Amino acid sequence: MALKDYNDLNDIQLDVLREIGNIGSGNAATSLSSMLAQPVQIQVPKISILDYEDVTSALGGPETMIVGLMLSLEDDVSGMLMFLLEKEFAHMTLSTLLCQDIDSFDEIDEMGISAMQEIGNIMAASYVNAISSLTGMTINISVPSVCVDMAGAILSVPAIHYANISDKIIFIENKFSNEAENAVSHVLMIPDVDSLEKIMTNLGIEI
Amino acid sequence: MSTITVGISDLQVAKGDDVLVTYALGSCVGICLYDQVAKIGGLSHIMLPSSTMNANSAQTPMRFADTAIIMLIKKMEAMGASKIRMKAKIAGGAQMFATVTNSSIANIGQRNVQAVKAVLQQQGIQIVADDTGKNYGRTLHFSPSDCVMRISSANRGKWEW
Repeated sequence: MALKDYNDLNDIQLDVLREIGNIGSGNAATSLSSMLAQPVQIQVPKISILDYEDVTSALGGPETMIVGLMLSLEDDVSGMLMFLLEKEFAHMTLSTLLCQDIDSFDEIDEMGISAMQEIGNIMAASYVNAISSLTGMTINISVPSVCVDMAGAILSVPAIHYANISDKIIFIENKFSNEAENAVSHVLMIPDVDSLEKIMTNLGIEI
Repeated sequence: MSTITVGISDLQVAKGDDVLVTYALGSCVGICLYDQVAKIGGLSHIMLPSSTMNANSAQTPMRFADTAIIMLIKKMEAMGASKIRMKAKIAGGAQMFATVTNSSIANIGQRNVQAVKAVLQQQGIQIVADDTGKNYGRTLHFSPSDCVMRISSANRGKWEW
């Protein structure tokens, strides 16, 4: 049976996605740790398949301010990858990288945005590497585009772009912590449905 | 006075001093229609331009500009509004990610705005306020009591139309 949208995924296929998310989050913690030159712990990530409206409420409501990083996936897998970073995450990384003590999003300057972009790049590579090394597929990522705004407004972009495919997305919640702080980041993996099929086939999962 | 929340791909109508609100419009478009004489207003939050490109569109008419606006007009008429007197105020349709090179993602807001304008023109409804485009999210409040569209943004303040 061919996959039509994310609703068609069965339990085994969902487990595969969870495992990809697990490995990706582990990789991301390692890269974050080397970038910040300090130990970074990560809790076991929570991975769920959610409706967009549930994603917004999981983030604290549509008007919650958040940093959004959007990248597109190209080559063997096409689709979109999105990072949503909460204020504490921006604080934790920017205070270490740029020695800036940021209390609100208004204070993030161009240098800060550029640093966030680099963090997005490195974390995205962690997830993509997880898929790539498990499946043997070649995946390229675009330069991330950054937006600091209300969560609902940021999420409207993937919601609209993929509205004809699915109302659901793969939502990964990561809790990072260093010595001083805890920070939460969210990853939305939105592979095109035929790419998802390819990933499953390459892993030997029946569709 | 009560506040009526309009979700994504949703539409609601209100009378008197009730307030319609929709949160965090990004590339979606919010359409306020109102009949100032009857003091009846409606708000629709659309996600996509056209129902003709979607196989399951019949189940989600409030998601598309073409079907949602017609539905809103009918709903308001059923409450006693007159289509001839209806005017529109619209907001949203932003390009949230400014540096995206993929044009189909970059233009989603713009396509929504164009579709909304085309449907309103075809229905003979004048657009008296247009706060669309740019690159930031908007929360929209609208009450038929004064027919003012109030926009608030995350880091650019608040204003009225």
